[in-house]
Amino acid sequence: MSRSRALVVSALLIGQSGTTYAETPMSYWHTYGPAGYPLTQLGWGLGIISIVVSAVIAVLLLGAMSHERSRAADDTQLAVGREGGGMGWIYIGTGITTVVLIGCMGWTLLTSASVVRPPSTPALTVQVTASQWWWGLMYTSADPSRTFITANEIHVPVGQPVRFEVASADVIHSFWVPQLGGKMDVIPGQTNVTWLQADKPGVYRGQCAEFCGTEHARMALVLIADTPEDFRAWQDDQLRDTPIAASAQARAGQRVFQAHCAVCHTIRGSDAAGIVGPDLSHLMTRRTLAAGLLANTPGNLAGWIADSQSLKPGASMPDHLVSGADLTAVVDYLKTLQ
Amino acid sequence: MSDVETFRAPIIARATDQSQSSHILKRSWEGPGGIAGWLSTVDHKEIGKRYLITAFLFLIIGGLEAAIMRAQLAQPNEHLLTPEQYAQLFTMHGVTMIFLYALPVLSGFSNYLWPLLLGSRDMAFPRLNALSYWVFLFSGIFLYVSFSLGSAPDDGWFNYVPYSARAFNPGINIDVYALGMVLLGISTTVGAINFIVTLLRLRAPGMSINRVPILIWGTLTASVGNLFAVPAVSLAFFMLWMDRQFGTHFFDASAGGQPLLWQHLFWMFGHPWVYAIVLPAMGIVSDGLPTFCRRPLVGYTPVALATVSTMALGFGVWVHHMFATGLPIMAVSYFSAASMIIVIPSSVAVFSWIATIWTGRPVFTSAFLFFAGFVLLFVIGGVSGFMTAAVPVDLQLTQTYFIVAHLHYVLIGINVFPVVGGIFYWFPKFTGRLMNETLGKWTFWVMFIGFNVGFFPMHILGLAGMPRRIYTYAEGLGWGPLNLIVTLGSYLFAIGVLLFVVNVFVSLKRGQRAGDNPWDGASLEWSTSSPPPVYNFAVIPTVASRYPLWEGRLNQGDDRSSTQQGFLLDKGRETIGTTSLDAEPDVILKMPSNTYAPLLLGVALAVLFIGALLHSWWLLGAAVVVSLLASIAWLWPERALSQIET
Repeated sequence: MSRSRALVVSALLIGQSGTTYAETPMSYWHTYGPAGYPLTQLGWGLGIISIVVSAVIAVLLLGAMSHERSRAADDTQLAVGREGGGMGWIYIGTGITTVVLIGCMGWTLLTSASVVRPPSTPALTVQVTASQWWWGLMYTSADPSRTFITANEIHVPVGQPVRFEVASADVIHSFWVPQLGGKMDVIPGQTNVTWLQADKPGVYRGQCAEFCGTEHARMALVLIADTPEDFRAWQDDQLRDTPIAASAQARAGQRVFQAHCAVCHTIRGSDAAGIVGPDLSHLMTRRTLAAGLLANTPGNLAGWIADSQSLKPGASMPDHLVSGADLTAVVDYLKTLQ
Repeated sequence: MSDVETFRAPIIARATDQSQSSHILKRSWEGPGGIAGWLSTVDHKEIGKRYLITAFLFLIIGGLEAAIMRAQLAQPNEHLLTPEQYAQLFTMHGVTMIFLYALPVLSGFSNYLWPLLLGSRDMAFPRLNALSYWVFLFSGIFLYVSFSLGSAPDDGWFNYVPYSARAFNPGINIDVYALGMVLLGISTTVGAINFIVTLLRLRAPGMSINRVPILIWGTLTASVGNLFAVPAVSLAFFMLWMDRQFGTHFFDASAGGQPLLWQHLFWMFGHPWVYAIVLPAMGIVSDGLPTFCRRPLVGYTPVALATVSTMALGFGVWVHHMFATGLPIMAVSYFSAASMIIVIPSSVAVFSWIATIWTGRPVFTSAFLFFAGFVLLFVIGGVSGFMTAAVPVDLQLTQTYFIVAHLHYVLIGINVFPVVGGIFYWFPKFTGRLMNETLGKWTFWVMFIGFNVGFFPMHILGLAGMPRRIYTYAEGLGWGPLNLIVTLGSYLFAIGVLLFVVNVFVSLKRGQRAGDNPWDGASLEWSTSSPPPVYNFAVIPTVASRYPLWEGRLNQGDDRSSTQQGFLLDKGRETIGTTSLDAEPDVILKMPSNTYAPLLLGVALAVLFIGALLHSWWLLGAAVVVSLLASIAWLWPERALSQIET
């Protein structure tokens, strides 16, 4: 972002001086990948043209109201003696408008063409399944042993385009990581394809952008761009089976999990194989719980298990009326899912 | 030889409201008084006022809904509302403003003003006019009864499937919306037909098609647009109701249906509808501004053509609501370009208004301020629309607060501001009294500042990534401070609306008396009394130019319009029918008297839809029978109503 643009941004963000990537994590004033750059550029271009047009019209309007005029002889006298006149305004104004407009249309078409396809063929495909109100993720690979499932937290290697195939398990959602690119709606009965690329390592926030029911407001996702080495390590981590519960406490917790949770959730390497809710294998590698709602801490985890309906009313995850001891045990078990 | 008149040469005479003939006219045109008269009236002025008042009540209800939502959003993590309450509020806010306020309020102006602008004594189909109002009122009540029961529509005003399908939304909420919209569609359709036929048939002699006020062009265009657009949405809602109640699968992907079909049908209607709720309002400005600029509108013909072409183009742009749905890039690029082209007719109108002010001699009344303020809001709402028309930019902007900002600049800027200005302008004609100018100017500034403080920051919130339709947001996203400003600004705007309402009530009682033509306006409505007599004109005016009351002052040739002398037509309820383009006198039209048939038919239709909603088939059957009987009573041939050749 050039210096002058940065000035415009801070001037516009009244009361929010010094906006940064971290302070407005959903802002797309600045983007960090080739699926976003052309959009941002065109957005700035059309935005500045729009501001200039509005300002010119405001000045003309004020001028029209305030410029000097000869006085009327009396109240009944009209300002002109015949109906015609003033047509030059329409010819010149509309003429200039048309020229600018055609330029913008050309620029728009070229930009559209430039983001349809990624710069190189993506090596990685992530299948995203949106549900009320979370994101299921499947990392596919030609080698079936390298295919795995996770949820709500997308990792991608930095500097490489990634293909996303988005599908819905229920209603319409929209897949959106604003600092990397535009939206792609998730529509039942069809698989839409889009791509994103992060040029800078970091954490990018995303959120469902199409109203999808009562908890639409809290259907966030996190996209983490890792260095290729970190990504590879993360991928290997995810591919491992989860460790066998070692301590007695963890084994007790696993029994509770099997009784209460396994019908909906999967933990690879255990008997839990439900597919209604997010896959919880390697839960402890994720930063947030409940689609970006809570930081992933043991306290929040216990709270979410016991009291999900007051944290996210309407979510498919029911409140679990387990004893304090069982709750502690199951949290201790989940803490082993590294 | 029957005793029914089939031919008569109408008498041309000179008459005023004090003439003997006018007493006869008054007797013919006046209906019974009291509640009976109120329920059976077919007078366009009564119906127009009802439309205006009912639409304003809905505006206030919709505004209160918005005020509650803004309290919820003022800060991060507020807990004033449950998510479901919020969903019902934003849905009803949209439904109310778009369907129950924005078009009906313009129908109110048009119903009241059309015959007065055209020099006629009523609309072409006075009974249809009454039906259109009753059905509008009943569908509004229908939609709101469920709200008071806590099960209002809750999937947003565009109601995307499959969240609105029964599997995800099993309550009565969406059925109410679906049936309510089909019912409202009847009102819109019959109203549109009435406007179109009135334009083609009921203009004063000499008012050729190139002499009608721009408001007429706006409402005509909107009516033709609605006639083509409403069937799409009525069909879509009917199909949805079938899906929900009878297990059809039009939109059900799991059974081979298509969720995107809903979006196509909805927006094929929805986008033309947007033009239907702004073009008549733009017409209000194009007619009102010249009065206060003391000159004719600059570029009547281009503005009229721009009005029509905006609507024509408006039928080819619906996919710009669907750029992110995964349609092929070639397809969306066409719709992108078509949407951008609308900038051209819009710029014709903008430069016409500016030129009219520049080359005129503005009189800074409250109405003028609202019209001039509108021009700037029109441009801001226009350029933000132009930005969203660009596919790549829209992929970021769509479904964010940028869109919320854009649509409010369009609907408040281009509908509410002209409407309020229009009330200031025509209030003396409606009531015989002027509105308070001092309070009016305060109202303008409070509304204008409140609106911009409340709604401009929404653009920035959208650019900061805030999605629409979220009932809350977390801290740390940077949306808090601007949301607080939005809430405070929108409350200031609401205070402005309140000042306006106070002004209306105070001026009704204590307003300064207005003569026939307090603003020295040029069109026919200013030639009759304020408020107009029940028969509108003592004689049917004859028109020789676009500005009949300014003719002496504009050097436009020697032809003169005549408002004092013309067809008397004092033998019962009569007006003149003229030819479609040149407005040559053609026939004497006999107009119907007061009747309960429209009310009865309206009630029967409402009951029919209640029966459908409750699956009460006997109620539905009874309503069908009653509506058939009411239609028969309505359409029963009356010799007294047959046209008379001239």
